[in-house]
Amino acid sequence: MSENMINVPTMAELAAKGVTPEILFWVGCAGSFDERAKSITAAFVKILNKLSVNFAVLGTEESCTGEPAKRAGNEFLFQVQAVSNIEVLNAYGIKKIVTACPHCFNTIKNEYPELGGNYEVLHHSEFLQQLINEGKIKLQGGGEFKGKKITYHDSCYLGRSNNIYEAPRKVLEILDAELVEMKRSRTKGLCCGAGGAQMFKEPEPGFKDINIERTEEAIGTGAKVIAAACPFCMTMLSDGVKNKEKESEIKVYDIAELIAKYEGL
Amino acid sequence: MEFLPQVIFLILLSVSGFFITKSILRIRRNILLGRDVNLYDRPRERLKMMVLVALGQKKMFKKPLPAILHLFVYLGFIIINIEVLEIIIDGLFGTHRIFAPVFKGLYPSLINIFEFLAISVLVSCAIFLVRRNIIKVKRFDGEEMKRWPKLDANLILSIEIFLMICFLSMNTSDGILQSRGSEHYISTGDFFFTSFLKPLFNGLGTSELIFIERFGWWAHIMGIFAFAMYVFTDSKHLHIFISFPNTYFSKLDPAGRLSNMPEVTKEVKLMLNLPVDSGNENVAPGRFGAKDVQDLTWKNLMEAYSCTECGRCTSQCPANLTGKKLSPRKIMMDTRDRLEEVGRNIEANGKDHQDGKSLLGDYITVEEIMACTTCNACVEACPVNIDPVSIILQLRRFKIMEESQAPAAWNGMFSNIENNFAPWKFSPSDRLNWVQKLNQ
Repeated sequence: MSENMINVPTMAELAAKGVTPEILFWVGCAGSFDERAKSITAAFVKILNKLSVNFAVLGTEESCTGEPAKRAGNEFLFQVQAVSNIEVLNAYGIKKIVTACPHCFNTIKNEYPELGGNYEVLHHSEFLQQLINEGKIKLQGGGEFKGKKITYHDSCYLGRSNNIYEAPRKVLEILDAELVEMKRSRTKGLCCGAGGAQMFKEPEPGFKDINIERTEEAIGTGAKVIAAACPFCMTMLSDGVKNKEKESEIKVYDIAELIAKYEGL
Repeated sequence: MEFLPQVIFLILLSVSGFFITKSILRIRRNILLGRDVNLYDRPRERLKMMVLVALGQKKMFKKPLPAILHLFVYLGFIIINIEVLEIIIDGLFGTHRIFAPVFKGLYPSLINIFEFLAISVLVSCAIFLVRRNIIKVKRFDGEEMKRWPKLDANLILSIEIFLMICFLSMNTSDGILQSRGSEHYISTGDFFFTSFLKPLFNGLGTSELIFIERFGWWAHIMGIFAFAMYVFTDSKHLHIFISFPNTYFSKLDPAGRLSNMPEVTKEVKLMLNLPVDSGNENVAPGRFGAKDVQDLTWKNLMEAYSCTECGRCTSQCPANLTGKKLSPRKIMMDTRDRLEEVGRNIEANGKDHQDGKSLLGDYITVEEIMACTTCNACVEACPVNIDPVSIILQLRRFKIMEESQAPAAWNGMFSNIENNFAPWKFSPSDRLNWVQKLNQ
């Protein structure tokens, strides 16, 4: 393997060598399959590689957490998924999990313990914040986002669901950009419309789609970058920006992508 | 004959006490129709939650103006109860201002506090009436706010204004009678606020003043008795009591944590050939999810009784804001209405009576519950920690697990998870393909 090759070890490979990684990166279905979300996964892995974080992924042994099934009301399917995943995680002796998906994060952190899955679970915004606090990601000055207006969209499953409001904002601070808040932010953040399994069906009749309402609000801040921390929010906001025909001037990025860009990765 | 007022007072006190007790028992019985759930852990945390949220009004202050006005009404209600105690003692024993000799020089100050609160309650309620009926604040409107809920809100505010007017008239005339040295009206020293109102009544004769004072006294206390009965019948005003236990039994977990169904865990573990945890073997699989109020937990039902219909939840709901039929407030009000109906059925036809109706279908439609994004904005907004998402999820569970009636797109998502281990139709063997792109 060359110096510049990005290395993504799987748990199975490491277990064969008798090695246990420090953290498991739970990629999630969106991060594994969705074209846009794959870039978030790539950006996060590049950061992990650059900082020589000792991690691994489950690869083909990873399976949907069951989160959308649970929220849709299919508790049986959720628990089949959860119990199977817990079997795999426990067999590998996983202690610490990091994921870029707030939905996977919330389910593994809050709903798996009762079913026998007890891990330290971090969302990548918290993990990146730790790296910043430890001085591993440094403020260098300059960078393409310096002085630019960025607005951050709170993911419901980070914010109201788990009280994580500051970590993603702290991560954005390092960019030296101008963070402009939407009127509805933090505890009052407006949902992107994808949670509760809405991602997987058409919305009920109304006069507007939720993601359009939210995108209008984001555009209204005058920000040229909308920062997200969730692959579902990413889809909804990107669709919203396309709907408004603003995709050439307004970009939606995940916080991991912003850090990767900032670090020149 | 001289004891007649006291006898009448005792009868009225007893009658209202009887009806209130009956109502409390009815509400308790209805709440206990719900499924059992153990919320007796972590008493210290629960107490803290109750002190902050119910006693301390913490979540009200997300909206400062109504919070301050509400605080006046709330403090007025609590502190004026000391005055009510005096009135009850006076009423039963035929005394007048029994606390005056007890508090001595402090008595006028005490009454001044009551008068200040009475005026601030009056003003606050008037502003609330204006907000509801003239400014028409949007969150007080909506499909579920027609007829009774609207009247209920206006009645509560009007009754409170009426009670305060009685109280202030009583003190004003009492003050004049004291200065005229009327028998029975012991001298207590001037009351600060009502002394400004004296010019209104100064021209009246002593007998008319006594009539006003007595009328104010009786109307005020009878109004309180009647209002207390009203609170426990079918009014949102019940929140003044039930929000205390309701916040005590709050969900203490992160909002994102939705309950797991233990009866499902057993089935799943058997299916996957895994050992079933002890304690879970005997979970009787009842109905999956909730079709009617009895399928919900007692906590859900207590929350339905705690709802004050303020609409903070609905005004924050992304589905409602974009024109969907879902309104978290309606979910709570429907639950309460259906529960009251089930309660009436039990009273009329016995415990096992079926009226062929249910919460899901007759009150709450599938279209409403399908629109929820589980974003927890409603939970965050509720000043008394009500959790509409919990009810919505249980209704969805019934629709999907018992009736297998999911939207077609969700059925597709389910079968993708079952067959491909992802909610989209991708091959599980491609799950790591994103790595190939990394090094291109």
